[in-house]
Amino acid sequence: MTDCSTPRLWSRRALLAGAVIGVVPGVSRAAEPAARIASLGGAVTEILYRLGAAERVVAVDTTSLFPANVLREKPNVGYLRALSAEGLLSLGPDLVIAAEGAGPPEVLALVREAGVPVSLVREPPTPEGVLDKILTVGHLAGLAPAAERLAAEVGARFAELARARARIGRRARALVILSVANGRMMAGGRGSSADGILALAGIDNAVTGFDGYKPIGDEAILAAAPDAVVMMQNGTDAPSPDGVFAPGTALGQTPAAARRALVAMDGLTLLGFGPRTPDAARDLMQAIYPDLPRD
Amino acid sequence: MRARRRSGLIFAGLTLLVAAVAVLSVGVGAVPIPPSRIVNLVAHASADPASARDALVILNIRLPRTLLGLMVGAGLAVSGALMQGLFRNPLADPALVGVSAGAGLAAATIIVLGDGVLRSLGLPGPLPYAVLPAGAFLGGLAATLGLTLVATRSGRTSVTTMLLAGIALGALTGAMTGLLVFASNDRQLRDLTFWSLGSLGGASWTKVAATAPAILPVLAAVPFLGRGLNALVLGEAEAFHLGIPVERLKRAAILLVAVAVGAGVAAAGVIGFVGLVVPHALRLAIGPDHRRLLPAAALLGGALLVLADVAARLVVAPAELPIGIVTALVGAPVFLWLLLSGQRGFDG
Repeated sequence: MTDCSTPRLWSRRALLAGAVIGVVPGVSRAAEPAARIASLGGAVTEILYRLGAAERVVAVDTTSLFPANVLREKPNVGYLRALSAEGLLSLGPDLVIAAEGAGPPEVLALVREAGVPVSLVREPPTPEGVLDKILTVGHLAGLAPAAERLAAEVGARFAELARARARIGRRARALVILSVANGRMMAGGRGSSADGILALAGIDNAVTGFDGYKPIGDEAILAAAPDAVVMMQNGTDAPSPDGVFAPGTALGQTPAAARRALVAMDGLTLLGFGPRTPDAARDLMQAIYPDLPRD
Repeated sequence: MRARRRSGLIFAGLTLLVAAVAVLSVGVGAVPIPPSRIVNLVAHASADPASARDALVILNIRLPRTLLGLMVGAGLAVSGALMQGLFRNPLADPALVGVSAGAGLAAATIIVLGDGVLRSLGLPGPLPYAVLPAGAFLGGLAATLGLTLVATRSGRTSVTTMLLAGIALGALTGAMTGLLVFASNDRQLRDLTFWSLGSLGGASWTKVAATAPAILPVLAAVPFLGRGLNALVLGEAEAFHLGIPVERLKRAAILLVAVAVGAGVAAAGVIGFVGLVVPHALRLAIGPDHRRLLPAAALLGGALLVLADVAARLVVAPAELPIGIVTALVGAPVFLWLLLSGQRGFDG
């Protein structure tokens, strides 16, 4: 616990009430914490596991990819935004904690009707958002003290990251490629989670022309002229610099190709905005600025 | 005489099938509930607190879901039969009158632009969920009315013009939907995908109550079109000389299809193949007489959709498959098998 993050934390607790949407009133979670939690959303599940609530998680969704054994051990109720009311109820949860955007709304309404409180947790791609999420999930699960410890720990990592960021001299410009489908690349623009992680790592987003994730064409790649390219790695299937910067391709003619600056990282780690985010940002920073002096 | 007895048998069988499928759909699901308790719950709506959750699952999830499935399936299959009769083309399906295209475009517009429009008007989001089905229904209806206007010259609706204009409209709405997909964010894109694959997962009594007034009148009106559609097989002029009010018949059929499919799409998203397969399967079994075909299509369509829904929620329980995947996955091979095993070809 470092002194620079703790004071900010307390003021954040006041925000808690605002961070939870739709908690059923009159149900006091602090008095008797839920014994059977349905955890929907990659970051929510990750936080519950970090808080030691793994035993109490009775259901997860398809985006709960970390820790790696979650989907093997727990019943999967499907994609966060296409849930089934009966499927959820069949696992007998007494609390549903879901990332915002879980649905469809009629299904959540049915689950609430069955007397199971459903809490939606906001997910802004910022350090404050991550800390809020940890505190909110911990509060809902009746693990507030553990959540405060975890938030302080993650907050300290963010503070450390900010100090490292201050040491960066000339900022690099990177292009984040989410996926390549049929030769079309999906790049992360303004306001995307890719944009958020780049900012944390002290890197400028080379793509400023659009919001969110969009396909990007060859000319736009040349115009963006990134110093580095960040791609997603699926398991052990890592993209190689030889393939990505092949001569004749648009990427092969960018400054990144000359420096062979390609970073491949796991998608959820990089873009999930959970407790591992400061470490992911740190890894990304280290990969892009290898000469950066350490603490 | 023998034909009449045979079709009587088939109707009795279809009615039994609907009943059996409905019982199955209420009886099975991710939550295991013993049959004796289900009978008890449905018969008495008992207030036993121990079975409160079971009561909710049966009465508020499975029952409305089954009823919605029966209605939507019946509406889609009857619409398919009407379209094939009207266009005298075995490939015709409700998509030809622009309902699906219009409903799809309206839904995409609401999913992608809805919240932004709301924000720019200074209203608090998110958009009420009912806006999506209502918008899809109106979009489908508007597209069909537009097409009918285009195809109507001096009081005569040309089926050929309508068919061609329908293809143009399909391309246009497809492109506009593509534009919206491009403008959408990741989340909206997922919503669009799931919507376009269809699901009965959001069934509720509210949805049943909103869908029934649209689909039930269509099902009630259908028997009156049978004779006219039979005459239309000979050609429009011939039907006219047989005393069929051809123009009225065409417009009535188009309107009925737009209402039934629009309501179905609004309630459950886009569900393919039911409208195509069911009438063909029945034609092979009971022949092409629309007086028998249309009511039989309603029964078989409802039963098949509910059966597909049972599969959709059991196969990957506690998750759910989009029902459009099940209908196409099961429907396409069955359709091929019917074609290959049937004695009659469709061109004969």
